[in-house]
Amino acid sequence: MALATRQDTPPTRKPPVRHTSGLRGFWGSTVGKKTVMAVSGLIMLGYLVAHMIGNLKIFFGTDEFNGYAHWLRTMGDPVLHYEWALWIVRVLLLAAVVGHGVAAYQLSRRDIRARPVKYAHKRKRASYATRTMRWGGIILALFIVWHLLDLTTLTVNENAQHGKPYENVVATFSTWYGNTTYIVAMLAVGLHVRHGFWSAAQTLGVGNATRERVLKALANLLALALTVGFLSVPVAVMTGLVG
Amino acid sequence: MKLTLRVWRQKNPDTPGEMASYDVDNISADMSFLEMLDTLNEELILRGDDPVAFDHDCREGICGACSLVINGDAHGPERTTTCQLHMRSFSDGDTIDVEPWRASAFPVVKDLVVDRSAFDRIIQAGGYVSVPTGAAPEAHATPVPKADADFAFEHAECIGCGACVAACPNGSAMLFTSAKINHLNVLPQGAPERETRVLDMVAQMDDEGFGGCTLTGECATACPKGIPLPSIAAMNKEWLRANRKAKR
Repeated sequence: MALATRQDTPPTRKPPVRHTSGLRGFWGSTVGKKTVMAVSGLIMLGYLVAHMIGNLKIFFGTDEFNGYAHWLRTMGDPVLHYEWALWIVRVLLLAAVVGHGVAAYQLSRRDIRARPVKYAHKRKRASYATRTMRWGGIILALFIVWHLLDLTTLTVNENAQHGKPYENVVATFSTWYGNTTYIVAMLAVGLHVRHGFWSAAQTLGVGNATRERVLKALANLLALALTVGFLSVPVAVMTGLVG
Repeated sequence: MKLTLRVWRQKNPDTPGEMASYDVDNISADMSFLEMLDTLNEELILRGDDPVAFDHDCREGICGACSLVINGDAHGPERTTTCQLHMRSFSDGDTIDVEPWRASAFPVVKDLVVDRSAFDRIIQAGGYVSVPTGAAPEAHATPVPKADADFAFEHAECIGCGACVAACPNGSAMLFTSAKINHLNVLPQGAPERETRVLDMVAQMDDEGFGGCTLTGECATACPKGIPLPSIAAMNKEWLRANRKAKR
């Protein structure tokens, strides 16, 4: 090394680390945490697709939508007791949300520490969907809380009545704040899924050079279908198609 | 050409640095970026100032020593190493920002020189094949399918310059580590250490304080050797496979 850059004290030599096996090694690794994020993300994505398709039943009238909502509680009958299947799904989703959030938080902390000094020459890095993953995720987490208080527990839904989901949906989308929160959140879902689905495929090792285009197209299709499908409901209420 | 350079000057790892402005004149479009910096340094030496320290070695684009972030891009606007970047990529009167690789795992030694020994330790953790020494073995004794040979060669092109880390908003070394792992893991010579290699190299990469991958794709765009982004997916696949197989 050139004299000007030679350091007075030689760098300390430490032996290379050995990996830790088992669950601790898995969770302790950046690749392991990303795997947790990919799997939990795909679980939530699968749920979103089912949720979006279920929502479309609102276009077939009060009885069909409310009947569907009731079926969600009797799902698995007679093997499962009333609401058991629903609670199994809820527990699984909660585990997925917590796993996804904790891994994202820890990885983000690590990423920010790994790059403490910014470049003086600024330029935009990566796509908009990619750059908004962290804030988008936080927006979605807050929206989930609002959404549960609004249409599951009915705490913040002023005109809500128990056992009448169709009427409650109409009540939510008859307020300006109900519509605004929902529309912003659904756009965030689309952006999050667009980068998230493709990333999950890369993390799980499904991606390769030949599948690249198919995976990107699938991510865009999923993102678009979810956003349009979810947004069709408030738009229908606002335009009077559903009411 | 007449240019204004804004260069990161930092006396040593413990002193805070800053961007300093220099005017350079009589720059030919045929000069390489490093030759342009040589011109600046000659002037600085004649003036009795401290020349700008930067890493360089072969100046042929194959050693991986040069390491400059030029106008926010690792190795500058062309897809090549800084030494192979020529001044014709710039225009007369341009202001050019020159900064060192930025990552906590690559601390600045002086000016534009960073300590990249973290990469050496990742290699030490598993970037090798253990073979008995002696006479060269018969080449046909170990057949390698053409597709595997191509895949290995594509990844063997990595020169370990660290542009991937510099370009990554998370300071992640995944593209480098994946190139080294994929290069050896696909070959029969690398097979005996296939699982420990990926597990140990990823563990070392994490231990060095590099960030995780968020698939922004900045690394593969910056890589002067064109290591593709799906390399990271291939490494993740190897890592998950090794986790399943390692119980023995």
